[in-house]
Amino acid sequence: MNQPGASMNAEPGKAAQDRIAGADRRGPGRLFRWLDARTGIDSLLRHALDEPIPGGARLAYVFGSGLLFLFLSQVITGVFLALYYVPSADHAHTSIAYITKEVTSGSFLRSIHAYGSSTIIIVLLLHITQTFLYGSYKGRRELLWLAGCVLFALMLGMAFTGYLLPWDQKAYFATTVGTNILSEIPLVGNAFKRLLRGGTEMGTLTLSRFFVLHVFLIPACIFAFVAIHVYLFRKAGAAGPIGENPAAAKRPAEAFYPRQLLFDLVFALVIIACLGVLAHYAPMDLGPKANPAETQYLPRPEWYYLPIFQWLKYWRGPAAVLGILVIPGLIALLFAFLPFFDQRLERRPWKRPVAVGLYFAIFAALGVLGALSRRNDLRDPGVAAQLRSQREEANSFMKAPFEPELARSSLAAANVALANPLGAKGKAIYEQLGCNSCHGDKGLGTAAAPKLLGVGTKYDSAKLAALLKQPSTAMTLGGMEPVDLKEEDLKALIAYVESLK
Amino acid sequence: MERRAAKDSGKLGEGAQWGNNAGELPSRRRWFLGVLLGTGGAVVGALLSVPLLRFVLHPLLSATTTTAWSDVGKSDEFAGITAPVKKLVTIEQRDGWRKIVSEKAVYVFRGKDGQFGVLSAVCTHLGCSVPWIAEKNQFICPCHKGIFAPDGKLLGGPAPRAMDRLDSKIEEGILKVRYQYFRQLVPNKEVIA
Repeated sequence: MNQPGASMNAEPGKAAQDRIAGADRRGPGRLFRWLDARTGIDSLLRHALDEPIPGGARLAYVFGSGLLFLFLSQVITGVFLALYYVPSADHAHTSIAYITKEVTSGSFLRSIHAYGSSTIIIVLLLHITQTFLYGSYKGRRELLWLAGCVLFALMLGMAFTGYLLPWDQKAYFATTVGTNILSEIPLVGNAFKRLLRGGTEMGTLTLSRFFVLHVFLIPACIFAFVAIHVYLFRKAGAAGPIGENPAAAKRPAEAFYPRQLLFDLVFALVIIACLGVLAHYAPMDLGPKANPAETQYLPRPEWYYLPIFQWLKYWRGPAAVLGILVIPGLIALLFAFLPFFDQRLERRPWKRPVAVGLYFAIFAALGVLGALSRRNDLRDPGVAAQLRSQREEANSFMKAPFEPELARSSLAAANVALANPLGAKGKAIYEQLGCNSCHGDKGLGTAAAPKLLGVGTKYDSAKLAALLKQPSTAMTLGGMEPVDLKEEDLKALIAYVESLK
Repeated sequence: MERRAAKDSGKLGEGAQWGNNAGELPSRRRWFLGVLLGTGGAVVGALLSVPLLRFVLHPLLSATTTTAWSDVGKSDEFAGITAPVKKLVTIEQRDGWRKIVSEKAVYVFRGKDGQFGVLSAVCTHLGCSVPWIAEKNQFICPCHKGIFAPDGKLLGGPAPRAMDRLDSKIEEGILKVRYQYFRQLVPNKEVIA
């Protein structure tokens, strides 16, 4: 099958055998043969590296592997971010602020991850455009193209779900709008919106759902579809330059290794260098924590959703279904099933004016819509002022030092003394008597005696008083001594014990 | 079938270029390039993993042991005391992005030289909370009857050492203390947190 590989493996020539034997005496060659005998790594590597590229290596082919590289970067940075992130409406924002403001390299990694998502969209568009212009979807590559379209949709899903996770103002309100759009879908829209939100309103369940989608479900699908996409690509073979017959390449092929691999690596280096510089000099910001009660906030999506955002503004009332569902749906279907409609083997773009014209018309329209959205925001003084003040709020939040969140348990206990004077007196008695020596401060328990939290719901006051005056046998055996107090002090102590929850 | 033919023709072209039969130079070059790429990749990979490592190691790299000073009260308040006074100080502990606020009991006393001292109420024996017994002018631990003098000196009982003295200072008329925990059951003071 793999001719150069096979011929090298089976080369019967004496010179070659001598050479191999010579290499064997040196360490690396021997280790490699040892490994190969057990794993077959040699043929695996050859299969990967000797991929034939008709017409030779080209810079135009770097986008696919660039995407793979970016996806891996997102996976790695994402896993690391999860070390500190907490997916709950209560803590998500604090934990991201902690990552951004306190954790070493935290702002840098988060920025690489956040900007990485935008970069994926850019490289994805370049990859699709290259494939489209080169007509590389032709010649029995329908499923390869379809798998790519699924990956495109999954990536947009990643961007949408990831946007909510910081739970700051812009995340919250942009996602509110984003999920509201779903309710425009007839019949199932509302149910679908509630399913995605985990309720009628945005809340902590929404965050959990988005987190699961962003971290488990969609990435799993992406891994699967990347595998399918790469497999189908290798099965169909590289399409080569535009003059090549996509179904039966005729030009002499060059192996993927080394030139194409070098191109791919250089592209990956350029990407990570750009991301690194951007993340270092213009780190991703974080706005103040989401405040659902805020009514002034003007949500704006990420730049790649701006055209859709603008488009949806034109569709209100009963016609909305048309603009929100029918037209984008038709365009998406047309796009996904393009190789089924466009069966000609002609690949040169100037010989395919309709397809290429449509492609660029759609992208030009998206560009115009995005620009219109920006222009409207800048032109309307009220909107421009509000957006400016939102940016300033985010800036001042970024400049403020990190404020740790007060742990719930310590809050509740601190409030008891303030809320109830009898309880406060009881607390003093609790400490005076040394109850905390064994039952712990605030009844949290120690190794010496159990915790008292919730004991007030287990026994009523009379029973508690009786137990304090005359502990049960089990309690006495555990070291509990009878409490001898004046009636009012005992009442105060019981009030305090009952407040422990 | 067409596809297979294309593949074969591709392979042939490649074979011709690499010249497997022509000698060992291309193969050597291939190896050399591989080693070069591997080394380059390792260097770049190592470089890229620096921020990742720093991110993971943050809890070890950042100084978390610095304990903040807590206010005990106005120093005037303690000017006339003749016996140790119990005060609750609020201490803040950081736990990642959370802070845990808790109250700890300390005793303020005046030494023979007239200077303030602050004692931790935690017994050095097994960690019980030691009350001041005014009638006896002694600290007596309720758990195992460890007895301490008003300045914390060990007078009797099973405790291995005197009550633990905490760092304290007066700043702008406020008595402040640095609350710390010490290892129990050892004859010398050892900070544990």
